[in-house]
Amino acid sequence: MAERDGEGALRPPVVLQLFVTGQTPRSLRALANLRRICDARLPGRYELRVVDVLERPQVAEEARVLATPTLIRLSPQPSRRVIGDLSDERRVVDGLELDGAVGTTHPSFP
Amino acid sequence: MTAPGPTAALPAIPKLATGIAGFDFIAQGGLPAGRTTLVSGTAGSAKTVFAAQFLAEGVRRHGDSGVFVTFEEAADDIRRNMESLHWPIAAWEAAGRWAFVDASPVAGDDGPIAGDFDLGGLLARIENAVRRTGARRVSLDSVATVFARFADHATVRAELLRITQALRTMGVTSVITAERTQEYGDIARFGVEEFVTDNVVILRNVLEGERRRRTIEILKFRGAPHGKGEYPFTIIPGEGLVVIPLSAIELQQHSSDVRITSGNPELDRMCGGGFFRDSIILVSGATGTGKTLMTAEFLNAGVASGERCLVFAFEESREQLMRNARGWGVDFRSAEAAGLLRLSCEYPEVMGLEDHLIRLKSEIDAFAPQRIAVDSLSALERISSPRGFREFVIGLTSFVKHRQVAGLFTSTTPSLLGGDSVTDAHISSITDSIILLRYVEIFGEMRRGATVLKMRGSMHEKQIREFTIDGTGMHIGRAFSNVQGILAGRPRQLSASELDRLGTLFADE
Repeated sequence: MAERDGEGALRPPVVLQLFVTGQTPRSLRALANLRRICDARLPGRYELRVVDVLERPQVAEEARVLATPTLIRLSPQPSRRVIGDLSDERRVVDGLELDGAVGTTHPSFP
Repeated sequence: MTAPGPTAALPAIPKLATGIAGFDFIAQGGLPAGRTTLVSGTAGSAKTVFAAQFLAEGVRRHGDSGVFVTFEEAADDIRRNMESLHWPIAAWEAAGRWAFVDASPVAGDDGPIAGDFDLGGLLARIENAVRRTGARRVSLDSVATVFARFADHATVRAELLRITQALRTMGVTSVITAERTQEYGDIARFGVEEFVTDNVVILRNVLEGERRRRTIEILKFRGAPHGKGEYPFTIIPGEGLVVIPLSAIELQQHSSDVRITSGNPELDRMCGGGFFRDSIILVSGATGTGKTLMTAEFLNAGVASGERCLVFAFEESREQLMRNARGWGVDFRSAEAAGLLRLSCEYPEVMGLEDHLIRLKSEIDAFAPQRIAVDSLSALERISSPRGFREFVIGLTSFVKHRQVAGLFTSTTPSLLGGDSVTDAHISSITDSIILLRYVEIFGEMRRGATVLKMRGSMHEKQIREFTIDGTGMHIGRAFSNVQGILAGRPRQLSASELDRLGTLFADE
């Protein structure tokens, strides 16, 4: 596994889509958790699109989202999904495969 | 259909007619409007058909749009599966009358659960589809899959409860299907009934005597009346689910005192003046005793007085029936040409008993006869369980009586002499009149006897009369005077001394 290639910025950006239901505490918590994880592991290398299912239910329909929050890694393919407010960082990292090829190893993470 | 019921005084919850044949009758109007009804059943109990038909009948008959939320099968599979029922779902979608919310599992999976979640995405999609189509009906099929997808069952239960509340707020009438593991046991898996408690319908698909028997039961409608108990149903291509309301129609019969001829003047006399206009007559006897002949004379008398007659034959083909009738001087062919007679011949084994009943009913409706005959009921008995058979007979008799039609049914007894028939035991209480035809062996000779065992609402002759059959039909003669034990199958000639003794037995002192 190529942990580093020295020029992380050359790798394509990770595109993430987060489905939430309005501005609930759970939605805000998910967003904050996600930004914290990504800023630490994908600094400057990720693109985040937030979809409020109440405003754009059609997008949720096309992505066939049931649960909110749902996080989808759109790129790189194949896509990956994680459900919940993303408070369990280990599961987010595993679910999106941020370790290894996609992301960079966080120094403080065992 | 309207809802007959004892609760007219109570402000009952309004019902929404589903349009599912027979169901609205047992539901006394339909499903409680604006509420959610749980439809629970084992695998293969036709839950998805019920859920889809609830919407399809809304589109077809009531101009209601519908939203189908599918958790298990992909929307495309449902579109295809329902084609066999001739529902043009894709066309309805294009016209904005039907919308799918495809909540079936996506390729891959939902991924790990990393914290609290709700089913807000699903609710938003349902609300969007209801808004977009202006739906009045929503079906969710089946929630068991949601529990399989998300390990956190407490959350799923709470969220499904929130969705049913939202459906109620939207003012739609909805159906939620759920799985059960046993035909007689818990209402549904995963404690689904905890969040849809008010209205519960159970679909069953029970194996009974090597045959599948489908039934539907309305377990409860909170605050609204409904028929109780299990009702058989079947699934017909082009129609879907058809519920057969048995006991429900029985109550509405009224009886006529108009007499009609049996086709045999002597038999009419034995019955106290002929059969009643809307009565069911059972003719029971061993093979060859003259049941089919009695049927032919009954039909012939109808045709002669310009009545329309319909016969359902399960043992003989058209040609055999025609030939037999000709042998007794009855001309079926010209009666049929005149449009007064219809012969409907079918082997019992070609379909289930429920399907036979529906076929019989639709043929009766189409031909509108004044007389019908079924020859023989016992042929149908061999394709059913006792309970299914009894329900069939109740269903048929009540349907026939409701239309003021005279029905003559035959039943074959298994033994040549005497007659213990399972058919008779099951249905004798349902029929109005019973005529027994028996072989009588006297001095090494086989003769035939006929007696009227029962004639509801009328006096009748109690004697056992001897009859003969020739090229002009049935000829009823005198009573067997000094023979006893005919009905028991042990005819015994009484000697002169015995007759004398019997004569003095009840004499005054």
